[in-house]
Amino acid sequence: MKELSLNILDIAENSLKAGALLTEISIIEDDKTLVLTIADDGCGMTQQVLKTAADPFYTTRTTRKVGMGISLLKLEAEMTGGSFNIESRHISDYPQDHGTKVTAKFYKNHIDCIPLGDAVASITTLIQGHPDSDFVFFHKTGDKEVHLDTRELRTVLEGVPLNTYEVIKWIEEYLKDQYK
Amino acid sequence: MKSLAELQAIKDKMKNKVVLREGSNELRVVVGMATCGIAAGARPVLNALVEAVNESGLADKVTVSQTGCIGLCQYEPIVEVFEPGKEKVTYVKMDADKAKRVVEEHIKGGKVVADYTISDLNA
Repeated sequence: MKELSLNILDIAENSLKAGALLTEISIIEDDKTLVLTIADDGCGMTQQVLKTAADPFYTTRTTRKVGMGISLLKLEAEMTGGSFNIESRHISDYPQDHGTKVTAKFYKNHIDCIPLGDAVASITTLIQGHPDSDFVFFHKTGDKEVHLDTRELRTVLEGVPLNTYEVIKWIEEYLKDQYK
Repeated sequence: MKSLAELQAIKDKMKNKVVLREGSNELRVVVGMATCGIAAGARPVLNALVEAVNESGLADKVTVSQTGCIGLCQYEPIVEVFEPGKEKVTYVKMDADKAKRVVEEHIKGGKVVADYTISDLNA
């Protein structure tokens, strides 16, 4: 991937496919590191599936036999000397408290570290494609804290879909303003 | 600074619009957004489509949506156009500018942009 934000889009799609009602995306940066966390309340994975999730030759897709998303993120993090972790609780074992959490840590000064890129575009793209799911986005960088919770927007919107063009544009500007 | 009051105003405007979507007569534009599509550049293609459809006032007749892997990863980004009563049109190796042209000439103008279709690429 050319941007880490594209990985965010890609990994969050797994959450939505797992039936997540809420997907929380957080990016915490300090001088040296960037920690990306994507946590969802989807159906989770069994221990058996979890073991193979980072294997490029494991995939849930049926159109071909290779699944690159998770393995790619893991590789990209490890390339910088960082780390990768995935935890999951499958709905069959945890009927109340199921879901998956992916964490990737990057060392930003490493020559192989991929730039974050346009995180705002990834968030608005996710909302555009999945207006009935909720997203929390948090990005801490330097002295800035950017925050979005679609559940809060939903209470204002009273049934107007989150992927209404004007709403998506508002979200885009709302996030961009917070980076200023 | 964007405020929630502005969002409230958008809501009020939208609520007053009676949305009459004629389900089956609707034209659907679908973008492949699996790992392959995203890595190949599907995000700007999708955003260009959403913007062009809305800026051209076609939002009531056209839905832009996302799908998983279409199975032709080497041709990503892929855009499929489904029009009731017509055969599906598959555009391949798309970018934002090509997407705008497809909205203008095909979605709005009704003429398939043969330069970007898969049959043309195979020929």
